[in-house]
Amino acid sequence: MEAGTIVAGILTLAILSFLYRDNPVYKMAEYLLIGVSIGYVLVITWTNTLVSLLFEPLWTDSNLWLLIPFVLGLLMWARFHRKTAWLSRIPIGFMIGSGAGVAIPAMLYGRTLKQMSATITPLMDSSGVPDLSGLIVIIGLLTTLSYFYFSREHKGYFGGLAKLGTFFLMIFFGTTFGYTVMSRMSTFIGRMEFLLTDFLRLTN
Amino acid sequence: MVGVLMGRRLPLAVCFVFGLVMFLQYFSEHPVAINLNQTILDYWQIVFAFTLIVGIFTYFKNNVTQISRGSDRPFRLVGLAGFVSMPLLALIWGIKADTPFMWMFENVQAPMQSTVFALLAFFVASASFRGFRARSLPAAVLLLSALLMLLSRSNIGGFFSEGLPEIANWIRDYPSMAARRAILIGIGLGSLTTSLRVIIGIERTWLGGDK
Repeated sequence: MEAGTIVAGILTLAILSFLYRDNPVYKMAEYLLIGVSIGYVLVITWTNTLVSLLFEPLWTDSNLWLLIPFVLGLLMWARFHRKTAWLSRIPIGFMIGSGAGVAIPAMLYGRTLKQMSATITPLMDSSGVPDLSGLIVIIGLLTTLSYFYFSREHKGYFGGLAKLGTFFLMIFFGTTFGYTVMSRMSTFIGRMEFLLTDFLRLTN
Repeated sequence: MVGVLMGRRLPLAVCFVFGLVMFLQYFSEHPVAINLNQTILDYWQIVFAFTLIVGIFTYFKNNVTQISRGSDRPFRLVGLAGFVSMPLLALIWGIKADTPFMWMFENVQAPMQSTVFALLAFFVASASFRGFRARSLPAAVLLLSALLMLLSRSNIGGFFSEGLPEIANWIRDYPSMAARRAILIGIGLGSLTTSLRVIIGIERTWLGGDK
């Protein structure tokens, strides 16, 4: 058996031991996972971002414009001193501002307008047969939106619409829950398959 | 004095300028605008990388402090060993396929990550067993749609009815999709207004509480 399979098998069992109760073996594996994951992120960030986007073009192509993000990045370290901590707000302002600027058209187009246009479809085909499913989507969208409209009290006919919206929301939460459980279950089956077949060799 | 004056005004000005530039460039297909957009996005990634390293340094510093105080010492030492080993392995052998760095990723990090992910299935199932009670009509609808989805995606579903997957797919594609779209539209409008508030300086919580 390969050393990698033995290590992966032992660590998988260590994590699964939490199903019994919190124990030192699980805690050890948990700390190791956090440490290794952070080390991995550090290496990937250094290689894929800092070296390829900053240091290589800065030293080899002498692209001095890159001193701007370099200095902004270094300003983040000013956080560690009380007197200079305010300087770290400048790179944060840059990131938050540019992120917000990108988000406005992206959110308006991708999240709002595209969802609206996907809902507004013909409710009857060329032969005159009504599309009831499409009608349900429109009713569901409008009633759910009315549930999230808080500028008017949920009373009378508007309250009825909002109430209908909660049923659509419950259906959505139920299906999302079902999918989440099933995706976790399929991962669990994958881990069990690894343990029983590759690690313990109990099945073929 | 400079810090007090510029501590809030300068970051707000930087936020406003870059927010406006990134917003306006969306409306232009001029090569200068496209180039500026890509440059700022690259700069964003670089600054974010520095921010991430600051966070990683804080993790290292906190762990060293806790180890010196003796709290959870063996566990923290294992965590730090894992943390230090990854850059060391990358430095000595590189990060390409079949290197010790990738071996650690494939045999230590990935199996543990997917097992933690799988572990949540039990906690979600046990929490739902305790929490799912059909006390009202909306709660019953939630329970029914969840059960239908679970049954339709497992072999036992076919035992009850062959049409179960089709019914589940219809629920997912129409009534469930309607609520999903409404939520996405809400998220879109919420993000839009929050972004606008940030750019024009109404929303200032990111500056923190200090001067």
